[in-house]
Amino acid sequence: MAQFELNVNGKTHELNVDPSTPILWVLRDHLKLVGTKYGCGIAQCGACTVHLNGVAVRSCQLPVSSVGNNQLTTIEGLSEKGDHPVQQAWLEHDVPQCGYCQSGQIMSASALLEANTNPSDEEIESAMNGNICRCGTYTRIKAAIKTAANS
Amino acid sequence: MKTIKTSIGRRSFIKRSTLAGGGIMLSFNWLASCDMSPSQVKALPKEWFKINGFLKIGENGLVTVMSPNPEIGQNVKTSMPMLVAEELDVDWNDVIVEQAPLNTSVFKRQLAGGSQSIRQGWNSLRMAGATARAMLVQAAAQTWGVDASEITTSNGQLIHRASGSKSGFGPMASLAAEMEVPEEVQLKDISDFKIIGSSRKNVDGTKIVTGQPLYGLDYSTDNMLIAMLVHPPAFGMQLKSIDESDAANMPGIKKVFTMKTHLEDYSLGAFDNDAFNEVAVVVGDSTWEVMKAKEALKVEWEMSPAKKEELNMFGRTRTIETPAGLESSEDHRLVFEKMANKKGKVVRKDGTPEIMFSKAAKIIERTYTCPFLAHNTMEPMNFYADVTSERANLAGPIQTPEFMEGSISKRLGMDKEKIDIQMTRMGGGFGRRLYGHFMTEAAVISKEMGQPVKLIYSREDDMTQGTYRPAYQAIYRAALDKDDKLIAFHVKTGGIPESPLAANRFPAGAIDHYLAEEWEEKTNITVGAFRAPRSNFIAGAEQSFLDEVAEAMGKDPIDFRLELLKKAEDNPVGENNDYEASRYAGVVKLVKEKSNWSGADSDIHRGTAAYYCHNSYVANVLDLEMQNGNPVVKKVYCAIDCGIVVNPDAAVNLAEGGVVDGIGHAMYSALTFKDGAPEQSNFDKYRLIRHSEAPKEIEVHFVDNQIDPTGLGEPPFPPIMGAMANAIYKATGVRRYNQPFITDKPLAG
Repeated sequence: MAQFELNVNGKTHELNVDPSTPILWVLRDHLKLVGTKYGCGIAQCGACTVHLNGVAVRSCQLPVSSVGNNQLTTIEGLSEKGDHPVQQAWLEHDVPQCGYCQSGQIMSASALLEANTNPSDEEIESAMNGNICRCGTYTRIKAAIKTAANS
Repeated sequence: MKTIKTSIGRRSFIKRSTLAGGGIMLSFNWLASCDMSPSQVKALPKEWFKINGFLKIGENGLVTVMSPNPEIGQNVKTSMPMLVAEELDVDWNDVIVEQAPLNTSVFKRQLAGGSQSIRQGWNSLRMAGATARAMLVQAAAQTWGVDASEITTSNGQLIHRASGSKSGFGPMASLAAEMEVPEEVQLKDISDFKIIGSSRKNVDGTKIVTGQPLYGLDYSTDNMLIAMLVHPPAFGMQLKSIDESDAANMPGIKKVFTMKTHLEDYSLGAFDNDAFNEVAVVVGDSTWEVMKAKEALKVEWEMSPAKKEELNMFGRTRTIETPAGLESSEDHRLVFEKMANKKGKVVRKDGTPEIMFSKAAKIIERTYTCPFLAHNTMEPMNFYADVTSERANLAGPIQTPEFMEGSISKRLGMDKEKIDIQMTRMGGGFGRRLYGHFMTEAAVISKEMGQPVKLIYSREDDMTQGTYRPAYQAIYRAALDKDDKLIAFHVKTGGIPESPLAANRFPAGAIDHYLAEEWEEKTNITVGAFRAPRSNFIAGAEQSFLDEVAEAMGKDPIDFRLELLKKAEDNPVGENNDYEASRYAGVVKLVKEKSNWSGADSDIHRGTAAYYCHNSYVANVLDLEMQNGNPVVKKVYCAIDCGIVVNPDAAVNLAEGGVVDGIGHAMYSALTFKDGAPEQSNFDKYRLIRHSEAPKEIEVHFVDNQIDPTGLGEPPFPPIMGAMANAIYKATGVRRYNQPFITDKPLAG
């Protein structure tokens, strides 16, 4: 066990946890931020995607000891009122089916648009290929990303 | 207008729940959705009046509708309340949806399976809305001193034209709750629908995109512990002993023990399938601590003996024999080879197929296979349980809550009345969550701990102890005469451990001389329903074979199907044909028209397929383009006849998902075995379709008819596999006979 100060969604949290604990479980179990989902635990499905200094990372492979003073953003902190353009586009296209993977999809999509404001189809596919949607909402996700890019 | 008898109780449900201080509505449960959707302008009411079990109305006209069935992504949490709201005649913007708790005395069939939620709820949900509307009308009639028949409703308003009286539902709700339940009510004409047939957004949409707690894995209460299981590494093995000394002493670990999901004297029911009855359990404070302790736990395994169990299939007893031994995919492949040369059990025979085959000028014979599949819901199995000597409170993702309540009641020796089950939104179902052993496990663990627990399966736990889609084989034969006319048809299917045959489905009924046989081979690998059971293989196999037969006959594949369907419609063979040929032909014609079938560009390779299952008809045209030697699905056309479409855009979404899911599993997915152990345990080796592999465009068309709704969750999934295989053939000249098509070898991962 060790003491950590973690900056999540603009707030500082003090924690006493095993240093090897992945941020995924720190968020879910200790901070009760459950929007970040567990899907595979080996960075293959993208359900646990969060932003580390604005870049999309898989929180299941990010030990709490490696984060330091860097800024973490989760789906809960992407916008204050759920009005981030990507979230709005997701609602406009009514993307989710079961919805479980969608917070990870949204975090990957918002990081993509931060880096590339007008991605091509191929760039969207490439950036989103690490996020599995078992329900198969891929065509809607792509359409929503394009809507968000244009907004 | 349709008049139906009501069958809704009322007296026992009348309850007024009044606002607690501070504006928080008394809610049914943790999952109750009291949030306003952004479009809602009314504030939460001060008082709710419960009109019946399905709905309550606030004094300001806001309406809460209970959604009865489990939500697995099929959108019933939106579409089922739409049926209630339609007949209540309320503005959808004034509706709040809550997930109902398990209570089948009020909500009847609370099950997600068989694509039946809307079909079976079609009358009962509309009746619930219409009954409430009639009671509001009675209340208004009494208040205004006018005849109820002179009162009309519209968008949450009661109107009496002659006197000019008008009221929202809210002010009448209190009195309406006291009215007699009418013995019969009138349902709207289809032409008067305002909500059914117009697209409404997912009622959980905002919560999903903002990451609010919705799923079982998100559920937590104070004092809750985390539990995980360690199960045998291979089918055919069982737990011998554990050495918990290291694991139990690790930080945050409360207890390590072994448990049996079912006791010896329990007769397993239809949804009690469980790969491993005895497992080790690790319980601790947090998920990561429990995961680490799991790795430190020392377990000895041993070979499990052959078993013979009596299965209670809803009162019908079925004996299940489970062999001993460690099976490999190679063993299963050899079973396929062996059975290919044996006769099967004849399930249907029309005419004299053997004689016709002996006379044939040409016989086409093709063999199709598919591997076991894991469901791989994105949210792994999990459940919350808080069991005391007095009560059991459970919450989590389950497709069969009613059935599991019975199982848990027996396992705990506790009356069902003391068991409360809350249904969370599910991170996918696909049939996996029909089998709720994880609920029973959670209940047993909580009882052992004397504390609330949430049982969580790791992805590896989830994938390596599933209730898998069985491995199947189908051998098709067609006899052509010297003029290349189809004179006889033979299908022999089998599987491990069940056959995928639907002997009375198309093309049965369309061919004079028809033979269908099947076989089964036992296994100790647990299997269960997987989205569109059996159809999820046989559709693709059959539709690939018909494509090949059409080619041999020199016919266009769509024209060939339509000819067969015309014969089945005009002059059907046999009496038990399990499809309506005219509706089947309807979707084939619709997809032909919408895809401009004969007019594709030269660099587009087209495949087609059609199938009927779960009371609905689906036809596809799939456009493939080769890019750098790889097939790229440019566009899929999907024509569906599922009767009246309740929520069109959500229905399109579900159909798009079925298409992507079907292409994905046919192309890429497989679960293979080596010495009883699954060779894939996570998404690094188990391949699921990803963004870049999905069709670039999917166009969905529904047949516009006024038939009561039929299934939609499953029907769009099976046929696309055949369309994909047929398009690949057009593009490459090579037929694909074995799923996954990417390897095209029997039972290969």
